[in-house]
Amino acid sequence: MDKVNGNHDVRIGFYVCNCGTNIAAMVDVQAVAKYVAALPNVVVSRDYKYMCSDPGQELIQKDIKEFGLNRIVVAACSPLLHEHTFRSAVEAGGLNPFFFHMVNIREHDSWVHTDRDEATAKAKALARAGIRRVARHRALEVKKVPVHPDVLVVGGGIAGIHAALTLAKSGKKVYLVEREPSIGGHMAKFDKTFPTLDCAACILTPKMSEVGAHENITLWSYSEVVKMDGYVGNFKVTVRRKPRYVLEDLCTGCQECISHCVYKEPKFPDAFNEHLGKRKPVYIPFPQATPQVVLIDPEVCLNFRRGVLTDKCKKPCVEACGDRKAIDFKQKEELKEIKVGTIIVATGFKTFDVGRMPQYGYGRYPNVYTALEVERLVNASGPTAGDVLLRDGHHPKSIGIIHCVGSRDKNTNRWCSRVCCMYSMKLAHLLKEHTEAEIYNFYIDIRAPGKGYEEFYDKLLEEGVHFIRGRVGEVTDWAFIPEEEGKLVIRVEDTLAGVVRRIPVDMVVLATGLEPHADAQNVRRLFNMSCGTEGFFLERHPKLAPVNTFTDGIFLAGCCQSPKDIPDSVAQAGAAAAEALVLIDTGHIEQEPNTAYVVEAECSGCKSCIPLCPYTAISLLPDKKKAYINEALCKGCGTCVAACPSGSIVQNLFEDAEIFSEIDGLLEPTSV
Amino acid sequence: MENETPPTSGNGSWSPRIIAFFCNWCTYTAADLAGVSRLKYAANTRTIRLMCSGRVDPQFILEAFAKGADGVLIGGCHPNDCHYAEGNYKMLRRFQLLKRMLKDLGIAEERFRLEWISAAEGEKVKSVINDMVKKITALGPLDLPGKVADWDREMTEPAPAVESAPVETEVAHA
Ligand SMILES: Cc1cc2nc3c(=O)[nH]c(=O)nc-3n(C[C@H](O)[C@H](O)[C@H](O)COP(=O)(O)OP(=O)(O)OC[C@H]3O[C@@H](n4cnc5c(N)ncnc54)[C@H](O)[C@@H]3O)c2cc1C
Repeated sequence: MDKVNGNHDVRIGFYVCNCGTNIAAMVDVQAVAKYVAALPNVVVSRDYKYMCSDPGQELIQKDIKEFGLNRIVVAACSPLLHEHTFRSAVEAGGLNPFFFHMVNIREHDSWVHTDRDEATAKAKALARAGIRRVARHRALEVKKVPVHPDVLVVGGGIAGIHAALTLAKSGKKVYLVEREPSIGGHMAKFDKTFPTLDCAACILTPKMSEVGAHENITLWSYSEVVKMDGYVGNFKVTVRRKPRYVLEDLCTGCQECISHCVYKEPKFPDAFNEHLGKRKPVYIPFPQATPQVVLIDPEVCLNFRRGVLTDKCKKPCVEACGDRKAIDFKQKEELKEIKVGTIIVATGFKTFDVGRMPQYGYGRYPNVYTALEVERLVNASGPTAGDVLLRDGHHPKSIGIIHCVGSRDKNTNRWCSRVCCMYSMKLAHLLKEHTEAEIYNFYIDIRAPGKGYEEFYDKLLEEGVHFIRGRVGEVTDWAFIPEEEGKLVIRVEDTLAGVVRRIPVDMVVLATGLEPHADAQNVRRLFNMSCGTEGFFLERHPKLAPVNTFTDGIFLAGCCQSPKDIPDSVAQAGAAAAEALVLIDTGHIEQEPNTAYVVEAECSGCKSCIPLCPYTAISLLPDKKKAYINEALCKGCGTCVAACPSGSIVQNLFEDAEIFSEIDGLLEPTSV
Repeated sequence: MENETPPTSGNGSWSPRIIAFFCNWCTYTAADLAGVSRLKYAANTRTIRLMCSGRVDPQFILEAFAKGADGVLIGGCHPNDCHYAEGNYKMLRRFQLLKRMLKDLGIAEERFRLEWISAAEGEKVKSVINDMVKKITALGPLDLPGKVADWDREMTEPAPAVESAPVETEVAHA
């Protein structure tokens, strides 16, 4: 056998996986095994049905012992999926885990090609490159880095709340950062929740209070993460706390300041009530808000002018606050720096912007509402105290609910938002209860696949709510007949009856779909995540790693990953918390040993590598005038290696010699 | 199964061989996604996984061409999205320089390509590879090893003429 690294004979075992028929149907695996068997240094070459299975892994271990193998190559799926599995198998077989290389012939070959000969030829070339490469591999050691036990949860909707509480209850310190003045997210706006119709506030408020009171949770509302550095186990995060002009520690939530404000009546549109209600410049977003701390809106407060302090108001609020001295007009934004080991991103969703579908008349006809607005209208603590009073001052006698607004539509969003059928039916039920109006649902398909959901649909049918199957073409006030006069006419093709219908109603509700936040791309960059094509954050694996991201130590929960209902958001939040706990309780993470080092003898001290490193891991040893790489700071990108003019920097696992041998292996002519 | 023989022009079964260097975080993952989504594309690329496109040493590209590649494709994260902050910019700078140098060697621009492909863009992996294969097929084989051998021969034999012939550049016929 050849001596490749000069230290010992290289004896390679090669395994090509059939993956059932996933690979074998398009790649002639036997031909590949036969071809590789004849390559230099190869001692064993086999094909096997499922290499990742226990017997597959045992096969490798048995061969290592029996044939004295010291290098292993597996040609199977993506290394991003199973490299770790096989490294562990190789290690269990008694070898250094890095005497292993994985060749991707599934995602990059059998699944994407249609000609068996071509796919087989490609598999042979890839395998050959792997064989050439692995011969040069060196034994490497995995470094263990401690994991900081504190956790950051970003977003305080139901998902963030649940994740934070789960972690706090297991004794971990949690920072919960919420952008809005209060936690609660969308759920805080709902009156009832499907399919059980239990009151949202009754199930959410206790959890919110628990967050506010828990000694292990530091709640920073009205705050945003502005910077994140570091890596799994050791993140350094900067949080910007926006000024509320009220000192959180001193405010008791008595709201005296609100009643004493110079504005006797609420005057400014209230975002929490979807602008259907009004608030004062000093306000608390909603009665159960957590933290129970008021805030002052400098855009409208008389003591400011366009956000700049003028101090021109009489400030009866300060007087009302009295000795508590909680109001501080000079409060500035604050930057807090924290260290955490793991991060859970739970930033939720926004609803579809109905302005993108002008044919439904939102903004043009006052009696067209979004679903979120109706959630507030039917809410006992909403702007109308639960009275469904239209913008034109009437009570509706007929209501049309249009499903799939901004969902399942190639002109807007293609995905199904998963909750709209159910919340539309919930709103249908609640509106009927509140108004006794005739209710029409316009749907494409009813999607009710959760526990108790189909039964809820049945219940609605029994309640006499009408269901008309068809995508609504238009909402118009153009009356054709006297009955349509003064009404909103919904034009729709009833696809079950096969006729185009015009249905006059008093109120239209648009069941808007769920989309990623407008700033999702920024948040993604901030936390080094990926987004899917729709813009929701991408999980590491759709089935097997649904709450992991591609960045270790950063997890996802709730609707920021994809539209889902509350039960699923909570389940995912629990899963994300459990993933964080795994890291914290293990206490350390194993770092891929792909860092770079300088071969001092060859370094000329030219310093060209130093400014290239984004992590300032490289410095010049002053006495020796040689570059030096701090391994703890190096993240293993290899940029300095590629740029070193004297070739004196080496990246472990990606050595020049390894890559050159891969190139040569790929391009060598195949002769079988 | 003989279609991996070294490319020769005039041979009807010739099809280009392209070496691809994909960064682990974006483009390699995108290629995995193309696989999971069962997209179909030309079987002419062979991918080498690197942690970052910033790791791509110009020598890798020269080596690939010297060993008979008809094209080299580099895939990295979009600007601002690099997992390592700015490795892709470093690659971009090298790419610009290298492109000029390859042109001087008589290697057509279409044979050397840098693409930003995010982890979500499986479709782009497919379209970029298909497009590159189409363009290089139109150009025909590069056969740099053959050319280098010719050049070596010229160097050892006494030069017959005084004037040095200009470097021949390729023209695509697509
Ligand atoms: C009209 C309507 C009715 C619905 N009714 C029901 C129902 O009856 N039953 C049911 O099961 N589901 C229902 N849903 C679905 C439900 O709203 C979601 O499942 C749930 O809200 C998801 O919770 P979340 O925490 O993931 O997201 P969200 O509720 O959106 O919470 C996300 C939180 O993160 C904060 N945030 C966002 N970005 C940042 C940032 N960059 N930094 C810090 N914080 C940030 C937000 O301010 C928010 O507080 C309904 C949805 C809609 C639109």
